[in-house]
Amino acid sequence: MTIELHPNIDAHLIEVLETVSDPEIPVLTVLDLGVIREAVEKEGVIQIKLTPTYSGCPAMDVIGDDLKSAFAKVGKKVNVDLVLAPAWTTDWISESGKRKMEAYGIAAPLEETADKEALLGNKRIVKCPQCGSTNTHLVSQFGSTACKALFKCDDCLEPFDYFKCLK
Amino acid sequence: MANQNLYNYILGIADNSLVLGQRLGELCGHGPSLETDIAGTNISLDLIGQTRSYFQYAAKVSGKELTEDDIAFLRLERDYRNVLLVEQPNTHFGYVIARQYLFDVFHLLFLNELQYSKDETLSAIAKKGIKEVSYHKRFSGDWIKRLGDGTEESHEKMQEAVDDLWRYTDELFEMSEDDQQMVSEGIGVDLPKLKESYYDEVSELLSEATLEIPERKYFSYGGKNGVHTEHMGYLLADLQYMQRTYPNMQW
Ligand SMILES: [Zn+2]
Repeated sequence: MTIELHPNIDAHLIEVLETVSDPEIPVLTVLDLGVIREAVEKEGVIQIKLTPTYSGCPAMDVIGDDLKSAFAKVGKKVNVDLVLAPAWTTDWISESGKRKMEAYGIAAPLEETADKEALLGNKRIVKCPQCGSTNTHLVSQFGSTACKALFKCDDCLEPFDYFKCLK
Repeated sequence: MANQNLYNYILGIADNSLVLGQRLGELCGHGPSLETDIAGTNISLDLIGQTRSYFQYAAKVSGKELTEDDIAFLRLERDYRNVLLVEQPNTHFGYVIARQYLFDVFHLLFLNELQYSKDETLSAIAKKGIKEVSYHKRFSGDWIKRLGDGTEESHEKMQEAVDDLWRYTDELFEMSEDDQQMVSEGIGVDLPKLKESYYDEVSELLSEATLEIPERKYFSYGGKNGVHTEHMGYLLADLQYMQRTYPNMQW
């Protein structure tokens, strides 16, 4: 499924939005992550609809504050509303976001079926972000944050995070 | 209050997530291995996150000047509506897993129905939760199999945990007055309808894990009416400590 990336975002706000990043994966901007559902300027105030990746994601409060201070720097006031529907999935992560994630050392989410096979430990398909080998295995279904699982590469022996596919 | 039934109903759902989230949170730093420790706290985080969404909504529905924190921390034991299953202590890891699995199966069946609720907010929270709870169930189910069909000792401990906790499973399908009212308005979930699927799914996994569903004639009820087991007071003492000691503190 392809999701049109910024349908409800005013073009002139993108530059500032690109300066706000995910506090847990700082190479990803909020636009890469796909958590901004709407950003429009109405009567001088910017209205932003933010959606959480996981219900309990502690990064959301931080992102809300960061959005406010980023726009405060250009003299604008922001209202942030948290919206739950439609629920965020990993499909909302942009292609460039996935590439940045890999360069940062986190394996990007696979397609749903492949993800299941990988997380059940049935198939060796998750690509090591260090050496590119798929000779990797699942260490833990849960990882350093709610959105990740822990893997280890059997070729270069490095452990790495895999961003779980959420559908 | 404009809609007391809806308010109570939201709390009933949320308290299950809150109390189980608190139980799993207690394991932080005490899991039997690093991976299971992280898993427990991750699941806890999801559950507390869901709780926050429900409580924020309940605060709005109440029409009073309530916050999610007031609802979480300032109620008395009798005002918590969670089922008895989720408040049972972390006796040992097998027990934690059995409690988790027996709740996860129900939780997923429940959210799968709640997503069709006429109430848009509950439907949205449910849709979000389904994605998370499916993952929880995969984790707890895998461990049931691993421990049930593991060593003689792990099998024995697992069976004992299931035997012990099974008495709390029937309460999951008990209908309170609020449940009935919400079902009649197209908002709530008709719980008895989930019972057969629950029983089938649990039986199948347990038999795969070489475990048995105990024969039991009597079940324990009460949590949904605020009558809890002795463990609940201790849990709340921990949960509410900061707000009771330093009223209105914020951080
Ligand atoms: Zn490698």
